Amino acid sequence: MGLESEFEIPVLTTTVEKMVQWARRSSIWPVTFGLACCAIEMMAMSCSRYDIARFGAEVFRGSPRQSDLMIVAGRLSRKMAPALRRIYDQMPEPKWVISMGACASIGGVFDNYALVQGVDQIVPVDVYVPGCPPRPESLIYGIVQLQRKIDQQKLS
Amino acid sequence: MDPTTLIASLQEAVPGAQIESVPSVDLQTTIYVSREDLPAIARALRDRPGLAFNLLAEITAVDFWPREPRFELVYILVSISNRLRVRMKVRLSGADPHASTMIGLWPAANWLEREVWDLFGISFEGHPDPRRLLMPEDWDGYPLRKDYPVQIKMTPRTSEPLQVTEEEFRASVVKDRLTRQ
Repeated sequence: MGLESEFEIPVLTTTVEKMVQWARRSSIWPVTFGLACCAIEMMAMSCSRYDIARFGAEVFRGSPRQSDLMIVAGRLSRKMAPALRRIYDQMPEPKWVISMGACASIGGVFDNYALVQGVDQIVPVDVYVPGCPPRPESLIYGIVQLQRKIDQQKLS
Repeated sequence: MDPTTLIASLQEAVPGAQIESVPSVDLQTTIYVSREDLPAIARALRDRPGLAFNLLAEITAVDFWPREPRFELVYILVSISNRLRVRMKVRLSGADPHASTMIGLWPAANWLEREVWDLFGISFEGHPDPRRLLMPEDWDGYPLRKDYPVQIKMTPRTSEPLQVTEEEFRASVVKDRLTRQ
């Protein structure tokens, strides 16, 4: 490049796209959407022992308007489905969804009338985290996978 | 409470009532009453001083499909002053399951009867608010019935964004401003 040598102070050069991708993936703000026992593991992941702050995603927001990631943690009943979709619609773009656990992904053991057999019928899901419930390490791995995905998303 | 004294007391209050006592595993006093006698017997259970069942702890139902009479309504009553519990059951036919509401005697019956209506389809005459309690309001069928398809497949309902015209939006803003003044 040669640009660095022209200034006294150190300069890094990059593209706008790379910088935006880096900014987006480095500060993911999840919205709390704990529905069942998976939410306990999600809380454990955000607390000091597993410490999701290492990956820049520790600030769980109570409002969807301040969030860009929805972690659907637990089984989704059909009565709750409109509320989930509404909260997803209120999140500003760009937004991502992690489906946490067997129930959120495919209905789990609850193959019955009351539960939605997979939240991907309601919202588009980016990462599925298997487990019943998944350990916090699994969810952290899911978030890292999501960060990789965000890193590859083109701006245009 | 001894079932024979309970039944004698109830038959004194409601002459000619058909009351049947059955043994239960947990040794709790269990009586069967007919649907026609239910309001009078419930009133006697609540108001007679020796009984005074002033707390309705639970209403639930059992589906014995394909047996006929198909349903049994179960009322669990507690007398706080006399420290008694009793289980009162009503047999209902599968063709037209209905019973009288108990809201006039125990206001707690409101949501309990809505739950039984929601899940078993047993209607309660005189209920002021007969809506579903647990299932979505546009739900089809009664899930706790034995002949209900439990693993039913259907597309879930999602929310649709609110659609208002410009005129409706303006009217709403004006109305909001008026209410704030």
